[in-house]
Amino acid sequence: MTTPSQTVGPYLAIGLPWDDGPTVVPVGTPGAVWIRGVVTDGEGMPIPDAMIETWQADPQGRFDHPDDPRGRVEGFRGFGRCPTKPDGSYEILTLLPGAIPGEDGAAQAPHIDVSVFARGLLHRVVTRIYFPENTEANAADAVLGSVPEERRDTLIAEKSEDGYRFDVRLQGGAETVFFDV
Amino acid sequence: MAAPTSDRLILPRYRRDPDGTHAPLNSPGYRSTQLRHPKQPLVLLPQMLTEVTGPLLGPGRLGELDNDLTRQHAEEPQGQRILVHGRLLDGDGRGIPHSLVEIWQANAGGRYRHIGDNWPAPLDPNFDGVGRTVTDSEGRYEFTTIKPGAYPWKNHDNAWRPAHIHFSVFGQAFTQRLVTQMYFPDDPLFFQDPIYNSIPDEKARQRMISRFDFSRTTDHWALAFEFDIVVRGREASVFEEEEDEDE
Repeated sequence: MTTPSQTVGPYLAIGLPWDDGPTVVPVGTPGAVWIRGVVTDGEGMPIPDAMIETWQADPQGRFDHPDDPRGRVEGFRGFGRCPTKPDGSYEILTLLPGAIPGEDGAAQAPHIDVSVFARGLLHRVVTRIYFPENTEANAADAVLGSVPEERRDTLIAEKSEDGYRFDVRLQGGAETVFFDV
Repeated sequence: MAAPTSDRLILPRYRRDPDGTHAPLNSPGYRSTQLRHPKQPLVLLPQMLTEVTGPLLGPGRLGELDNDLTRQHAEEPQGQRILVHGRLLDGDGRGIPHSLVEIWQANAGGRYRHIGDNWPAPLDPNFDGVGRTVTDSEGRYEFTTIKPGAYPWKNHDNAWRPAHIHFSVFGQAFTQRLVTQMYFPDDPLFFQDPIYNSIPDEKARQRMISRFDFSRTTDHWALAFEFDIVVRGREASVFEEEEDEDE
């Protein structure tokens, strides 16, 4: 009997942020990329009291977790956390994940799982970040394939100067695809 | 663990919560949901490697006094000192060990230490309202803190939040991540609070109310409340794939 979820409220910023939350890997790590974006509401207004969390595999597609049947690979935290600023923006510094085994031997395209928390969200919503350069892997990915084609773009980050841009639109035009996990 | 001749990954699976466990994302009584709830249907995400693993965040995140919110400053905060304790459990009643639990809350006057909170109850210079701990080998946790006050908000006419403590837990997998609020027994404000009442199922709602625990109350020191937090349990079997695919 799961305990029900409740909103983080507007004051999540007193309890949840960590100094090193946004940096999955330390600044200066070779190959690290910034994923930056803005969280917006149904009127396109930036949301200043949201929080983004990320969870992902390492560049070899492994997880620092005992339930990875290929064996736990320690050392990559895989987790990022960033509250939004007054302009609704967040940023995560990380290494790109590798491809990850899926069902029946098919690979999953490299992706990052994302949780979005905010005042006004009674339950977190979950999305995924995919990367634009993985054209073939994305085309073969079962999860992307399960999303209506006209909405798939909302899950694919855009290349930017120092990494990627991934906006989260909770509602409205080009609403981000959210998953029932 | 997977047989080497199989190309199928054998992964744990987590039960999906029954309808009514959580609030609808569109809960009109809570006005802030209006522009923030997704309008498109959620897409079913199969539980694969990314979903059945999750961050294992432990002692490295803690300072010495992070689980005692009454000792983080030179003097003690105002208010009624309380012990809040309980277990982090999965849906099968198993304690989840060595897992990070984070809390945040208002002070005894119902005010948060946050620039956006300007309700005219005083700030308490000796209270930050922020705590962290890690569950023990049986999933137990404890915080010493003060009882938070109720506070007004602008959701509707004469709207007041019942006293509550925010809890954030990770469990052991991405599927188990949960943020909730702990309430106190017999709070007279429940009837008018759209956040508490957003949970459709009455019994589910009551799972957010802590239990007064006289057995842990300390003479001349602190009252005690017990609050168990339950995150999703694993499926009993991982091999019933054919049936599960129709979910």
